Amino acid sequence: MPVIWSALFWMVILSTLVSAIAKSFVMERSGATIYLYSLAAPTEIIIAKILYGFLLCSAICCTGFLFFSVVLNNPIQDVPLFLALLILASFGFSASLSVLSAIASKTNNSSVVMAVLSFPVLIGILLESIKVTKNCIDGLDRSVSMDELITLGAINLMVTALSYLLFPYIWRS
Amino acid sequence: MRKKLSVVWKTLSVLLLIYTIIGGLLLPVPRLDIVNETIRALYFHVPMWFGMITMFTISTVYSILYLRKPTSDRDIVAVEFAHAGLMYGILGILTGMIWANYAWGSPWHGDPKQNGSAITTLIYLAYFVLRSSVDNREQKGRLSAVYNIFAFAAMIPLIFIIPRMTSSMHPGNGGNPGFNMYDLHSSMRMVFYPAVVGWILLGIWIATVRTRLRKAEEKILDMEYEKNN
Repeated sequence: MPVIWSALFWMVILSTLVSAIAKSFVMERSGATIYLYSLAAPTEIIIAKILYGFLLCSAICCTGFLFFSVVLNNPIQDVPLFLALLILASFGFSASLSVLSAIASKTNNSSVVMAVLSFPVLIGILLESIKVTKNCIDGLDRSVSMDELITLGAINLMVTALSYLLFPYIWRS
Repeated sequence: MRKKLSVVWKTLSVLLLIYTIIGGLLLPVPRLDIVNETIRALYFHVPMWFGMITMFTISTVYSILYLRKPTSDRDIVAVEFAHAGLMYGILGILTGMIWANYAWGSPWHGDPKQNGSAITTLIYLAYFVLRSSVDNREQKGRLSAVYNIFAFAAMIPLIFIIPRMTSSMHPGNGGNPGFNMYDLHSSMRMVFYPAVVGWILLGIWIATVRTRLRKAEEKILDMEYEKNN
């Protein structure tokens, strides 16, 4: 059942990514953080974290896809488009989770706060991704998925710009 | 002068809302299939969203101002407008569910517009969870201001962009005609626009009253603190 495949895939990916990227600030030791801030400007740090998270997310997504297609099956008919979607979604997840992780790391109960903050913000990216996944499974023409991909790209740009502008305020404490 | 102005807009709000309730329920509306009398939901459901967007915009503006120059007043204003906006959002979902019960057959359809607004309420509930989990007052203000700006940006695609691109049954989305098609009858415009202004003014009124209350509470706390030390 392709629908179940898509649901399972995104559930596994979402939970993996949240716990992977959440670590980028929450799990960091305070000594290391202070050392990091003495080396670089906050805007440089958040860009570096987002890029690192992006690489990590893409690797996790691609491994997940590979694993799914070996162990279950591969219902995706348009693989290049699906890979492009994974890359775009990875960037969105990385950008929003990095800045939320920075916020959560300053609170008392950071792991719980991280889960509460990240879920609703990620839903937008997730909804668009699931829609494109369905188009890929059905093997629809690429022009059908264009709207969703452009929306994803726009969300990515917006989240990255906000992270870049707002991160210095989170860090200042 | 300022006091006079506030009396004027508060009276205006009350008068407009009385007019909305009486005119909205009694004035003639166009007869349309399926929608029938439920078209009157336009006067009560749609202004809730106008109100919510206005409240959240004001809240976001005060959060930006807070980041530029942190004062406790700006923090309180941002929080209270977020409270008022959340209240309007919940009322908007509830009034929409009442309408959907008659027009669509059941209150919750999992329509993209419904899901988007439900997630928006979740985002702003997370804002209050975040506030309650930070002790330091200044840190609380700064972190929640950052998240508030983030939340506003996350809300825009959920409510305005995604439902317009998918097959939504909501009027105005997914190729369905919006209220502009229906209320070509000027009688509906004559109630709708006053209703929007009235509900928005009421929201601002609620938020300003709560802001004053919170400022007073803070002053009392400070005075008690000084007395004890």
